[in-house]
Amino acid sequence: MAAELHVELVAADRNVWSGEATLVVARTTSGDIGVMPGHQPLLGVLESGPVNIRTSDGGTVVAAVHGGFISFADNKLSLLAEIAELADEIDQARAERALERAKSEADAAAERRAAVRLRAVAGH
Amino acid sequence: MGAQLRVYKRRIRAVTATKKITKAMEMIAAARIVKAQRKVAASMPYANELNRAVTAVATGSDTDHPLTTEAETPTRAAILLVTSDRGLAGGYSSNVLKAAERLTERLRGEGKEVDTYIVGRKGVAYYGFRERKIADSWTGFTDSPTYADAKRVAAPLIEAVITETAEGGVDELHIVFTEFVSMMTQNPVENRMLPLSLDKVEKEEGAKAEILPLFEFEPSAEDVLDALLPRYVESRIYNALLQAAASEHAARRRAMKSATDNAGDLIKNLSRLANAARQAEITQEISEIVGGSSALADANAGSDK
Repeated sequence: MAAELHVELVAADRNVWSGEATLVVARTTSGDIGVMPGHQPLLGVLESGPVNIRTSDGGTVVAAVHGGFISFADNKLSLLAEIAELADEIDQARAERALERAKSEADAAAERRAAVRLRAVAGH
Repeated sequence: MGAQLRVYKRRIRAVTATKKITKAMEMIAAARIVKAQRKVAASMPYANELNRAVTAVATGSDTDHPLTTEAETPTRAAILLVTSDRGLAGGYSSNVLKAAERLTERLRGEGKEVDTYIVGRKGVAYYGFRERKIADSWTGFTDSPTYADAKRVAAPLIEAVITETAEGGVDELHIVFTEFVSMMTQNPVENRMLPLSLDKVEKEEGAKAEILPLFEFEPSAEDVLDALLPRYVESRIYNALLQAAASEHAARRRAMKSATDNAGDLIKNLSRLANAARQAEITQEISEIVGGSSALADANAGSDK
């Protein structure tokens, strides 16, 4: 059996996803980082962006994460985010509308959020 | 119908209407406690993970950060007071206000100026009536606070802590809220949130005193701490708001339950009195009839002679 690591993706108000994975790719403030089982203990600041989780049964889980932290120790990886959504939960049409609206209102934060959501859906 | 009896009947009707209202409020509050408890439970994983991360950074690195270092002579402190928006919750608001008064008193005794930040209309009204200064206040969400609300509350507080004391910042941050222990027990508690005392973070994490590994920080320990501590404050405030909401509903349920019971007792007593009044009326009518008829009989007997 391939080595696995346990992943907990937690948002401020709920547990979004948890399970076993072989590889997790996330974007920190200093660049993309890939974590595989047995990685050195790590604590990093996440950028808004999609997170790719390669699950142990070969599937891929993509989630949009808006700011937060990645911490890895003891073969347990925690992704903490104020807001986190799985790609399946994101309504693409709604995100596109939100992007349009944010652009017209010049709301940079909302525009970034919508763009991250769309990237997560596209990466799925 | 006699005047007395009519008065009793009217009061029984009034109390019955009140009882229906308090009963409904009791049941609504009971339903909301469960919801609020579920929200508290749902916020726990995030809070726990964040606690772990904060402990890891603070113990694993010897960085000095304004949010973790204690000032040598703290001169100003901020208190965040969590009350309710609505009344009819028994002693809920007054208990937490009393706790805040005690804390304010203590801090003043230690020679610190106190800035008060208030959540909930009841607290704002209490301080407004006494014409005390409120640094900032938020109302309208104590029933079911969201994370966005917690962020809104946390922003000026974090700002105040980061600001230098000489420029109007604060050295300490305390929070006073009602802790939800169980359906029957809710305690007002006061916690010092910042500067962080590490023993406390570890204690809160529970009995599993694990030895934390040496972390690699990305991009650096300072930057991680910079990003982590505001989130930590927000999550603590979020947790406090959720617990306060659950406590508020529990307090309201209990207050409304005793109001309903009380109304039931009142109705029982009043209907006893009404029964007695009706009985007295009947007795009086009978004795009037008997008296009347015997007077007639006496008069007839007299005329027969």
